[in-house]
Amino acid sequence: MTKGLTRQQYLDLYYFMRLNRAVEDMMVKLFRQNKIVGGLYSSLGQEAVSVGTAYALEKKDWLAPMIRNIGALLVKGVPPRDIFMQHMAKYDSPTKGKDGTSHFGDLENLHIVSPISMLGDLIPVMTGVAMAGRYLGQKIVAMTWIGDGGSSTGVFHEGLNFAAVQKAPFVLVLENNQWAYSTPVKRQVPLENLADRAKAYGISSYTVDGNDVVAVYSTAKEAVDRARNGDGPILIEVKTFRRLGHAQHDPAEYVPKEMRAYWEARDPITLYEKFLTSENLLDDKGKKEIEDKIEKLLSAERDFAENSPMPPAEFAAQGVYCTGDDCHKVAPKWQRPIAEVTPPKSSVAAVWTVKGFGSGKTSGGGSAPIHFGDTQKHQDQAEAVPDQKPKDTEVPEAVAKTMEARNAKPTKVAAKVPVNVAAKVSAKSPVKTPAKKIAPKKSAKSAVVHAKPAARKARR
Amino acid sequence: MATAAKETNPTLAAATQVTFLEAIRQAMYEEMERDPAVVLIGEDIGVYGGAFKTSEGLLERFGWERVIDTPISESAIIGAACGMSYLGLRPIAEMQFIDFIVCAFNQITNFVAKGHYLWNAPAPIVIRGPSGGGVHGGPFHSANPEMYFVHTPGLKVIYPSTPYDAKGLLKSAVRDNNPVLFFEHKFLYRRIKEELPAEDYTVPIGKAVVRREGKHLTIISYAAMMHTSLEAAADLAKEGIEAEVIDLRTLLPLDEETILNSIKKTNKCLVVHEDTKTGGIAGEIAALLCERAFGDLDGPLMRVTALDTPVPYAPSLEEFFLPNKEKVLHAARTLAKY
Repeated sequence: MTKGLTRQQYLDLYYFMRLNRAVEDMMVKLFRQNKIVGGLYSSLGQEAVSVGTAYALEKKDWLAPMIRNIGALLVKGVPPRDIFMQHMAKYDSPTKGKDGTSHFGDLENLHIVSPISMLGDLIPVMTGVAMAGRYLGQKIVAMTWIGDGGSSTGVFHEGLNFAAVQKAPFVLVLENNQWAYSTPVKRQVPLENLADRAKAYGISSYTVDGNDVVAVYSTAKEAVDRARNGDGPILIEVKTFRRLGHAQHDPAEYVPKEMRAYWEARDPITLYEKFLTSENLLDDKGKKEIEDKIEKLLSAERDFAENSPMPPAEFAAQGVYCTGDDCHKVAPKWQRPIAEVTPPKSSVAAVWTVKGFGSGKTSGGGSAPIHFGDTQKHQDQAEAVPDQKPKDTEVPEAVAKTMEARNAKPTKVAAKVPVNVAAKVSAKSPVKTPAKKIAPKKSAKSAVVHAKPAARKARR
Repeated sequence: MATAAKETNPTLAAATQVTFLEAIRQAMYEEMERDPAVVLIGEDIGVYGGAFKTSEGLLERFGWERVIDTPISESAIIGAACGMSYLGLRPIAEMQFIDFIVCAFNQITNFVAKGHYLWNAPAPIVIRGPSGGGVHGGPFHSANPEMYFVHTPGLKVIYPSTPYDAKGLLKSAVRDNNPVLFFEHKFLYRRIKEELPAEDYTVPIGKAVVRREGKHLTIISYAAMMHTSLEAAADLAKEGIEAEVIDLRTLLPLDEETILNSIKKTNKCLVVHEDTKTGGIAGEIAALLCERAFGDLDGPLMRVTALDTPVPYAPSLEEFFLPNKEKVLHAARTLAKY
């Protein structure tokens, strides 16, 4: 393990890993007492990943956890009671019983975005968070996690690619725990290092031992700093191992014994304790103090959670929509002059960073050609010059001849001619397009019938 | 505000007759002037000004940070818009054709729509794009996918029929704290014009409007079919059948009161929509009337809709597929006899 952290930082990492494991141990007990309503997912053996990465963030930064990132939530400042109550579907939980597990967030204070069960969706969402933060001048970094399994989703690609072209201040932690439910990583991705996926997006990446918390933290810190300085997005592959099944119901008998034995011998907390002891950062007394502190905290937090009521049934019907400012005031926190993004300062000539791209003018007004030759201009032209032969020199002679021949049997014309001459030819075509039916007469002021004038006034 | 907008917005200064397309552009332009939290995100909306030129000139005025060209990644567009909204921005995301909205279906229905209910996170996003058939766009450029989303609690769904409503409703959508889907019927883009007020105005979400008053039956419609319904109503009037025509404008939340009040008066209901028949809004209106106006009905609810098929490409096929005035007239005459 590397050196160079402060004593407090070393001990913080230790505390949060121990807290992470203790919270989950307690939830296993609650699960066995039937006090947890739904599933329970474990991050046993992966604590160094959640803790080491989230610890690299500043308070103002944003994160979005996955199901095995309870440790990241604790580091960010979520009290254990919230995690207990979420799992127990209690009314005092962050979602008031409407969702479970780590599916909750806090936009206002802790800057946490709630995950959903569909994997990969957080990647574009956190890209948007990062972009908005940059737009508002907040100098934040956004971080989320994805598993080895989730890295095969389409939205992983869409999100990371978009983050890359935007150079978004975004860090994606690819938590490779070797198993996507029962499917080993080798059957999901034919790569030795999943970090290699970064090459496809032209972004930087790291691969790090996920059971070495100091290595995880140091790597994440460097990535976060780089992302904040405009060098993002950055992909970190963290190699670790899922010690238990997908969730409590799954004994994970599909995992080879040797593999499990290898990783169990590399428990991240045990490894870190050895390091701290050898560096004289932790002794038995210090360890006992931390254990007592955690035990005392969690026993109080559990009591609070257990005493919280279940939500009243009719609460199910509430809260689908934000009802307005009384419900939420949506207001961005500007940390740069608004004048920078409003005219006249924002009114700039279109200059694109790709050489030769977009240097021309835009296509010049509302009557520019669009799909399907459907513009008023095209229609007007077609109506104005019904006898004129198509002038388009682009049309090869053979095609023009075919068109002439087809004009003799006009019912087939419209569908067969190239799009760029369709509008001109269609004037000759007897095929009645639906356009004729409700298009306004040229002189007509409006084809629109309004409510009575009085009623319309009232609408305004 | 209105004066300021007029001075800075050349399109307003010259405002006379405005197309549906221009109404959309004006709404975005004016909202971006009004609120620096409003940003645009989508494919080809910047340098090119949008496939239909709805964002023409906006890049030049508001710059790269506020008019964001994206890769062809609909899920990333919606996801990023959602993330931006969490920091208080109000993104308007464009689907180049609304058909492609289904590429982002999961983001919209699972992430965006559920956020407020589950974890109290408002997501003030507008997702807009050109929809509808009648322009020979074929099966992947003509869709009316509104009902996928009307079935999703947490979203609002708007489908206007006039430039005035399009502008006013789009402004309301931008100012709403909820995710709003805004469908623009591309058949109307350049075919109808209307004089718009120079001053700032909005049209409320969730309110239908009676476009024509009548007493013998009620035709309920929206978007392009609203115009077809009005033409049919004009013909019916010559035959002595006075049809009331309701423009729904918003599909979710549905303005039940305007519908019920009309049926109380006319006792007969015909729903006309360009969406396919099964699972269309007509079925929802039928259920509403059965639940809340059963005693008011003097005849069966009838519907004139597109066929239960994909949108075909050939003009002859598409014409057969779509509802039209003749089909509406036939149904209305049948219903009037009850």
